[in-house]
Amino acid sequence: MEYNVNTMPPINIVTIDYKQYLSVSEISSIEHEVSIMETREAAGIEALRIVQEQRGWVSDESLYAIADLLNMPEAELEGVATFYNLIYRQEVGQFVIHLCDSIACHLTGYQQIYQAINTHLGIGYGQTTGDKKFTFLSNVCLGGCDKAPTMIIGKQHYQQLTPENVIDILNDLASQESEHD
Amino acid sequence: MIEIIRPLTQLVNLQSPLSLNDYISEGGYQGASKALHDYSPKQVLDLVGDSGLKGRGGAGFPTGMKWSCVPMFEADDDNAPAFKYLVANADEMEPGTFKDRYLLEGAPHQLVEAMIIAAYTIAANRGYIFLRGEYHLAGKRLQQAINEAYQQNWLGKNIQGTNFSFDLYVHTSAGRYICGEETALINALEGRRANPRAKPPFPQISGLFGQPTVVNNVETLCNLPHIVKQGADWFKALSPNSDSGTKIYAACGRVKSPGLWELPMGTTIREILYQHAGGMAGGFKLRGLLPGGASTDFLLPEHLDTPMDFDSIAKVGSRLGTGGLIVLDDKNCPVAMVLNLMRFFAQESCGFCTPCRDGTPWAVEVLTRIEQGTGRKEDLDTLYNLCDFMWLGKTHCALAPGAVEPLKSALRYFSDEFEQHIDNGCCSYQQDNIVNKSLTLQSSQGGAVHG
Repeated sequence: MEYNVNTMPPINIVTIDYKQYLSVSEISSIEHEVSIMETREAAGIEALRIVQEQRGWVSDESLYAIADLLNMPEAELEGVATFYNLIYRQEVGQFVIHLCDSIACHLTGYQQIYQAINTHLGIGYGQTTGDKKFTFLSNVCLGGCDKAPTMIIGKQHYQQLTPENVIDILNDLASQESEHD
Repeated sequence: MIEIIRPLTQLVNLQSPLSLNDYISEGGYQGASKALHDYSPKQVLDLVGDSGLKGRGGAGFPTGMKWSCVPMFEADDDNAPAFKYLVANADEMEPGTFKDRYLLEGAPHQLVEAMIIAAYTIAANRGYIFLRGEYHLAGKRLQQAINEAYQQNWLGKNIQGTNFSFDLYVHTSAGRYICGEETALINALEGRRANPRAKPPFPQISGLFGQPTVVNNVETLCNLPHIVKQGADWFKALSPNSDSGTKIYAACGRVKSPGLWELPMGTTIREILYQHAGGMAGGFKLRGLLPGGASTDFLLPEHLDTPMDFDSIAKVGSRLGTGGLIVLDDKNCPVAMVLNLMRFFAQESCGFCTPCRDGTPWAVEVLTRIEQGTGRKEDLDTLYNLCDFMWLGKTHCALAPGAVEPLKSALRYFSDEFEQHIDNGCCSYQQDNIVNKSLTLQSSQGGAVHG
């Protein structure tokens, strides 16, 4: 077939201003981080954390918005976002369980804690419960080796876990009102 | 009994750390004051050099020597860089290590004071505390301490009426073990993936944003106020050995009372394990131990009388590392322990160089096979070969050689265990075999949330 540029239909390019996806407070927090760095993109990791703190996770739209705000390519920011363990690029539940599976917790039996959570919630690593309350992840050493086994949920460290007390912790959290309602 | 001097931990309060005023009334900021008012940067540098302080992050490099490579400029020098940086490495992620967390949560002003002294010495005008993301409480307390320090002119412009100005910020990491490597940490601070950089140039010449940068471990820095206040000879006399000062040692695993203790550098493993950690927990026997975190070689009960200092531990074939003992008991399988360690290194490898990116998961695969009872005779040769492929000089940074250390030493000390697993087609320790199998399946399917 002849290929004629003049007769081709025009390509419709839609430009989206992704910056509108960010809130005023998110932008001001990110700009503060920018102000203490020599380059804008240096604030990328903090920016991802700021947005994640507000929204629970980093969606594609959020990622594009941050990249636009920091004048950097989205692919580069995606590379950064997927490199780090604590940036969630998929939707997570209200409570994200980070169970330590490093050596001190291995020696003191984190496997039993895993089993207890797994049985109680019916999810394994990388999964979220149907009611979107809990997401279950493993975590490298949490620095609580003298009180192993340990886990973090939100900003709270839980130490000296047993298959029994971990269920009590989960039940307590499950009965809390959802923060985002 | 001689009273042990514990400069690093004497003002630690985990419940409620000292406020700036309380810290000052306990003698805090006297070191910083002395450095700023009585000493030139060169004098502090010489003092720290004379004290024999070595890096407490694992490598044990002399701190004074590290600092001495930073280029210094006259005030009116046009070639002087706009910024020189000091970074506290608070990215404590070495499995079995929790000493820095104790210092950060319990005495945040000690680190702030230490960073003022270090920054003054190398003439850095900007500093960051690179804090691991999981240490939320430490982050909160550090920020509080920094705010107080700004209010009372211990940070900011013309500190305490001198010509020295220094700004300090907390950067929270988003979590990756490799960020503890100083050049990877610098990349992370620049907002990049934390791949280590090639050296040279060394960070002291071209580090953060291409400017002169020094990265020091938290525990290393926290020694500075005391060295400046009390002198180099005092610091040397804290230890009976050739290495100066005290060290925060720790013990975890199946010991009676796991924890950490500040003791003279060169305290023996036996003293730490039996006097301070109370020996093994009831029903458990000592099988071996890693002396300084996950990336050090195993030692055996026969090494118990070795002093925990850099040279002595090196002489018996391991490394002091972070000084955190990880104790292997007789009810835990050595193969499973090495598998757990290797899985950690495989997950945390940055993926930049082939020996590490491919070698660590390969070792995990082979070790998993052996642990699950489907290992083959030739697997041991594969593991020996991997130890060679991933050794120093063949990789981009020290992560893979660090992963080799426990593996290589386990193959040597627990070779009969590896062979029994293969010969018997099972692991004789596994009371919870089913749990482990389901975990292995889970991790091979991958937790995909972080992409």
